[in-house]
Amino acid sequence: MFDLVAFIPRAVAQSIPLLYGSTGEIITEKSGNLNLGIPGVMYVGGICGVIGSFLYESSLADPSHINPFLGVAIPVLCCLLGSLLMGLLYCFLTVNLRANQNVTGLAMTTFGVGFGNFFGGSLIKLTGAAVPTISLGNTSKLFRATLPFASSMGAFGKMFLSFGFLAYLAIIIAFVAAYVLNNTRVGLQLRAVGEDPATADAAGINITRYKYVATCLGCMIAGLGGLYYVMDYANGVWSNDAFGDRGWLAIALVIFTIWRPNVAVPASILFGGLYILYLFIPTGKNLAVKELYKMLPYVVTIVVLVISSLRNKRENQPPESLGLPYFREER
Amino acid sequence: MVHITKRKEMSTQQALVIRLGAIVAALVVCGIITALLTGLNPVSVYLTMINGAFGSQRKIWILLQETAILLCVSLALTPAFRMKFWNLGGEGQVLIGGLTAAAVMLILGSRLPNPVVILLEIVAAVGAGAAWALLPAIFKAKWNTNETLFTLMMNYVATQLVAYYVILWEVPKGSGKIGIINQSTEIGWLPQIGSYKYLLNILIVALLTAGMYAYLKYSKHGYEISVVGESTNTARYVGINVSRVIIRTLLLSGAICGLAGLLLVAGTDHTITTTIAGGRGFTGVMVAWLAKFNPAVMVASSFLLEFMGRGAGEISTIYGLNHSFGDILTGIILFFIIGSEFFITYKFHFSKKEEGERNV
Repeated sequence: MFDLVAFIPRAVAQSIPLLYGSTGEIITEKSGNLNLGIPGVMYVGGICGVIGSFLYESSLADPSHINPFLGVAIPVLCCLLGSLLMGLLYCFLTVNLRANQNVTGLAMTTFGVGFGNFFGGSLIKLTGAAVPTISLGNTSKLFRATLPFASSMGAFGKMFLSFGFLAYLAIIIAFVAAYVLNNTRVGLQLRAVGEDPATADAAGINITRYKYVATCLGCMIAGLGGLYYVMDYANGVWSNDAFGDRGWLAIALVIFTIWRPNVAVPASILFGGLYILYLFIPTGKNLAVKELYKMLPYVVTIVVLVISSLRNKRENQPPESLGLPYFREER
Repeated sequence: MVHITKRKEMSTQQALVIRLGAIVAALVVCGIITALLTGLNPVSVYLTMINGAFGSQRKIWILLQETAILLCVSLALTPAFRMKFWNLGGEGQVLIGGLTAAAVMLILGSRLPNPVVILLEIVAAVGAGAAWALLPAIFKAKWNTNETLFTLMMNYVATQLVAYYVILWEVPKGSGKIGIINQSTEIGWLPQIGSYKYLLNILIVALLTAGMYAYLKYSKHGYEISVVGESTNTARYVGINVSRVIIRTLLLSGAICGLAGLLLVAGTDHTITTTIAGGRGFTGVMVAWLAKFNPAVMVASSFLLEFMGRGAGEISTIYGLNHSFGDILTGIILFFIIGSEFFITYKFHFSKKEEGERNV
């Protein structure tokens, strides 16, 4: 029997990093920047939060009496700052120096994943702390705090109220992003920049500013996905490479949702579900088949990519100038 | 007022000076960061790195082997990139090539004579790599499906396929790995030249480099690739069948990736894991791009990245730091070189506003 009450919360927990990543990447891509550095940014976001909260917890005499406000604010701010710096780096290279976006993005992923694993693996040695592993249980408790009555509400509580605040924030951000993109002047101008920067420039829109703000904001949102993963999903324990290929899955999700953050909310839960489906399918002793189930999110993305190019509807296409640098004097 | 314009053409020498300058600047930054983290003085940082890369005969061989494999993947991606087809699927194509080579070794190893097995595994690996690249190529050629994202997704399909077969074939059961294939009989292993384990791989890639250089520079195919890369409309106008060029080039690209998989599985590792491609499909993109898709320059750029990786590995081993240190240094070098391209393509004009107007 398929256990839906156990399945849904786990699918949602898996979906949140993907949702953060894809919302961030959609906003970025709407400005015409294809940021393949998102997987790296998510690592940096996660580890910066870990570093901040590790230093904070180590500075306390008794980490179990952690100040709830600082315990949440420090990792969140560190995470946002780290991701912002990555976003600024990407913008400086691709917007100001007009570098190739694919190469810059891949370099950022190499750097970011390396940065995460390096500090994850060496933080204890570098700070000379007397602990065996990075385990931020006290901070994690703050991130995992749920509404006090959630556990008393049975299946409903388990399926919808059992998550930490970052999970709900992800959904709110996705809906706000969808609203801003589709219903406001700023959103319209941003889409104009991504579709046809020359025309947008002629209309008096500041291309550089839109690209910077969209990309940096996108990176900061994506970074929160990394933070959610360590602090909430992984109970505050950092282990190297544990975040895995979720960053690429988030980019897959962008295509899957055809650049719509509101669609990303259910779609990310679908992806999260596909990601862990293998745990719930009875395969008996045949462990190998489970590996094939893990292929599903990627296969589904390819199918969507192919179908949307076959149908060739104008509203389902990537932003027209996605991946291209803009140089006013080359118009 | 600062005013930026595109340069007409920069002499190769000048461009080289700028690139070398960027590399030196990056090395200085890397040295300072390493010094801050380890407490070493920057000079001994570099000495440790050089020692890590060239310290012994064995280290030099490994460095050359790693450079050769990375170069092989980069060479594979190059024709596609020159056509502005962003093949980010090198990782998957290498994996599939390695997987089929391993399959031939495992299944046919005990039934056929060694030369036949080797021949079959070469055909299978090269063919599988090509097929893995063919799928996105067909969709790109016929329906203009975004190839960057398609090839990217194919990587993970390949990874899971390998994971599936690793569990299916694992020895002993439950260990999660295959172990050395045909360890006692050595059937299906590529021959070793003398006592040099890596020499054959290095020679094959050296030949491949020369071949690719000639193919891109002197053959009709190479010319067609450049025209399609510049403008598909021009290509159509002069009567080039763009779909055919895309499919043909991607078959070549995938086939060479498959070859890289073969060299890894049948040449050196004699086993298959999900991480056998080791991110080279992505690093290869950067190697090719740094060299401006010139196979001769790619020898240098792949060597530089492998040197940094091995050198940083030495530092992390000695100081008990995490091995990802190398990725940080590689990232910094890449950022500098990526940034320096701007100064090769564009130039600044510093002028006061009135002067600018008077000149117009």
